Amino acid sequence: MTRSGRLAGAGAVVRRRLLVAVPVLAATSVGMFALGAASPVDPAKQYAGAAAFTASEENLAQIRANWGVDDPLPVQYLRWIGNLVQGDLGWSTSRHEPVAAVLSDRAGWTLLLIGVTLALVLVGSLLLGALAAYRRGGLFDRGLRAAAYAVESMPVFWLGLAAIAVFALALGWFPAGGLTDVTATSTSWADVAHHLILPVGVLAVSQAPWFVLFVRDAVAESMRDDHVLAARARGLPGRTILFGHALRTALLPFLTLVGTHLPELVGGAVLVETVFSLPGLGAVTVAAALGSDFPLLAAITLVTTAVVLAANLTTDLAYAAADPRVRLDG
Amino acid sequence: MTRIRPTFRRLVALTAAAGMLVLAGCSAPTTPDSPAGGATLVVATSDEPDALNPVLNFGVDGAALIFDGLVARDSDNRLVPGLATALPVLSAEGRTVTAKLRDGVQFHDGTALTAQDVVFTYQAVLDPKVDSTLRSDLDMVESVTAPDATTVVFRLRYPYAPFLQRLTLGIVPSKLLSGQDINTTGFNRKPIGTGPYKVESWTPGDRLVLTANERYFGGRPANNRVVVAFVADDNVRAQRMRAGEFDAAELPPKLASGFDSDNTYRVQRVPTADYRGVMLPMGNPVLADPAVRRALNLAVDRAAMVSGILGGAGEPAFGPVPPTSEFADPSTVGTPTADATAASALLDAAGWRPGSGGVRAKDGRPARFTLMYPATDTLRKDLALAVTADAKKIGIEVTPAGLTWDAIDPRMKSDALLMGYGTPYDPDFVSYKLFSSQFAGQGYFNPGSYRSEVTDRALQEGRDQIDPALRKAAYTQFQKQLAADVPWLFLTYLRHTYVLKSSVQGAAPRVEAHEHGVANSIWWNINTWTRS
Repeated sequence: MTRSGRLAGAGAVVRRRLLVAVPVLAATSVGMFALGAASPVDPAKQYAGAAAFTASEENLAQIRANWGVDDPLPVQYLRWIGNLVQGDLGWSTSRHEPVAAVLSDRAGWTLLLIGVTLALVLVGSLLLGALAAYRRGGLFDRGLRAAAYAVESMPVFWLGLAAIAVFALALGWFPAGGLTDVTATSTSWADVAHHLILPVGVLAVSQAPWFVLFVRDAVAESMRDDHVLAARARGLPGRTILFGHALRTALLPFLTLVGTHLPELVGGAVLVETVFSLPGLGAVTVAAALGSDFPLLAAITLVTTAVVLAANLTTDLAYAAADPRVRLDG
Repeated sequence: MTRIRPTFRRLVALTAAAGMLVLAGCSAPTTPDSPAGGATLVVATSDEPDALNPVLNFGVDGAALIFDGLVARDSDNRLVPGLATALPVLSAEGRTVTAKLRDGVQFHDGTALTAQDVVFTYQAVLDPKVDSTLRSDLDMVESVTAPDATTVVFRLRYPYAPFLQRLTLGIVPSKLLSGQDINTTGFNRKPIGTGPYKVESWTPGDRLVLTANERYFGGRPANNRVVVAFVADDNVRAQRMRAGEFDAAELPPKLASGFDSDNTYRVQRVPTADYRGVMLPMGNPVLADPAVRRALNLAVDRAAMVSGILGGAGEPAFGPVPPTSEFADPSTVGTPTADATAASALLDAAGWRPGSGGVRAKDGRPARFTLMYPATDTLRKDLALAVTADAKKIGIEVTPAGLTWDAIDPRMKSDALLMGYGTPYDPDFVSYKLFSSQFAGQGYFNPGSYRSEVTDRALQEGRDQIDPALRKAAYTQFQKQLAADVPWLFLTYLRHTYVLKSSVQGAAPRVEAHEHGVANSIWWNINTWTRS
């Protein structure tokens, strides 16, 4: 069967998934607003900050009226949906600017951090896991496993501060935080890349153990499979056996793992953004949650839900591409 | 098996080589420092504003870097003329203020400042459609008018002696803003003011870049650029300060003291009017007894709190008027250490007898109450625990409770609360609402429903009387009455701690308010700072 043949039903699957996505997104947004109604936190007091202690109740009531946050929940929800359909994501009460502006300013940096890290983790864990499995029980295998278990037990926050202490303070190789040099006059990509090495490295190292150990076990398992033994018996080169036969079989469950592990990666990214003072979505999400900023929270939740749905779809398509037994048009 | 070895080695070598390449590519040279005078100064704070607009509460107490008010404050917090040619004068009946504007002041975009801009700024604050909490502080303003292009007249609803202190609010250009929705305008992100610095860029969550305003009426700044880095986490800010990224950073006392031993840095512990204390609600049956409140006041060890909890960065507090204020009454200052014997004697005399489990009781009611504190504030938590331990020594059982504000709010009438606030500018600012009986039980204004006719009269006098001597007398009486009634257990004044590079010159710390961030921090006069 050809590759294009395997993905024959892809279009139909994508359409079906999009149909399912609409009610999922609607349910998520209703849930967000219901939580908002249940929250006792007053967004106007949160917005006022320390001034809440000197602002009169009348003053705060005016601000709430300006935002319409005292309206009944269905009214607020319908207004939000109505604006959403027109492309307006609403007004962020915690950042005091349009939600769309908050997202467009920050989402890019978070996506960049997560994207680069994911690519690094995938390539690195496949390579290291496969090599460890090939020489199972060897020095490299044992060292890698010990390191993986050690890193797994370290909190991301601690790992980040330790990386700053070693690479930024002691060795001076990398900046301790920020997106660009703090005195830079413009945002150059080289500068951003230099600043992202430590955060990406820390996030990748913190996420990698899971993947590395999984690949190592899966490849070690499939090295004993009949088709791998047969390939060995035919005298195929070691590289072909490892990457062409053993790793290929192990790849299938790995793809599923990536899909399910994505939320954890996002969680790690929030912490890494805090440690390295990166202006991503992490810090605003925390501020929005603490300040009952439901327009912003709803938008972030929607975007995250959409990303997870898209990731699941991609995983399924990749699965079909990797395994001839999986048929999309079934 | 032998055939894989070259491949394996090649792979390892390749990976290593790629790693080296990445490292080599990254060790780009850092930007060299520009020569002295033209330097870029970098300061770091945790507190990022949500809008750079004075109408929406940015830097309302002056030192807003981008904006100027009609008046400003010098290093002793004394009022000096800002955009006004001379200090405006409050009329004898306390209800009219006339200000004359300086000639030739320009906004950053080159347009001239007129009285219309001042009128627009204050009217915008008072507009109910604008989301400004500053409106509560300016509710005495009846009208603002501009009889001519350089004169502004404020009419007040009632006499308000400290009104000139409210004129530090930064002035915004009416031409750019009239007809716009102040809440949503792009001006809030990239504002235009008259101040010593222009906004070059603001990357939310990262940094604010300011450049010198060549046409500043107070003289061109001594440096070319100022970068304010926003770093929310204290540990991260300390590490980046250590890495040499910042010229000055605000740090908590314990992290700041780590820089004491290093002479490339200078630690500044700046006195403030920012106090912490326990609000004692009159609605609590135990705390309603003045003897219990006075005994607690004697039993708390303020000296131990300053040295143990604040690491020395603070002073004992005995009232809401800071010792640095000209209105402070030294006679209300007590002893900083605890006097458990005197406290116990007070309780004995009032009929609170030692009962079971070491807890005193009177008429069958045990001497116990709950002390709430906001759970995320570790300083208030530590102070609450210290109060708990001190009270136990005199037989009063305190139950500390860390809660969120929404859980605290409905309980403030009957449970004690660790609160904190304070401004150094005028005793009227916070105390009027905090201790007047007319605000009893209104949210965070006098939440404990403290009522005293003497206090009410003194606070009103302080507001009505223009004569400074009469005001001083009124606030002296106010402080004496508070010391006698003890509606609050004042514990400590904080010091705000900053770490500066030793090479930075020009810092002139002044007594600070509770709020300090981009505006009104130790870098309030950064336009005069230089680096050697």
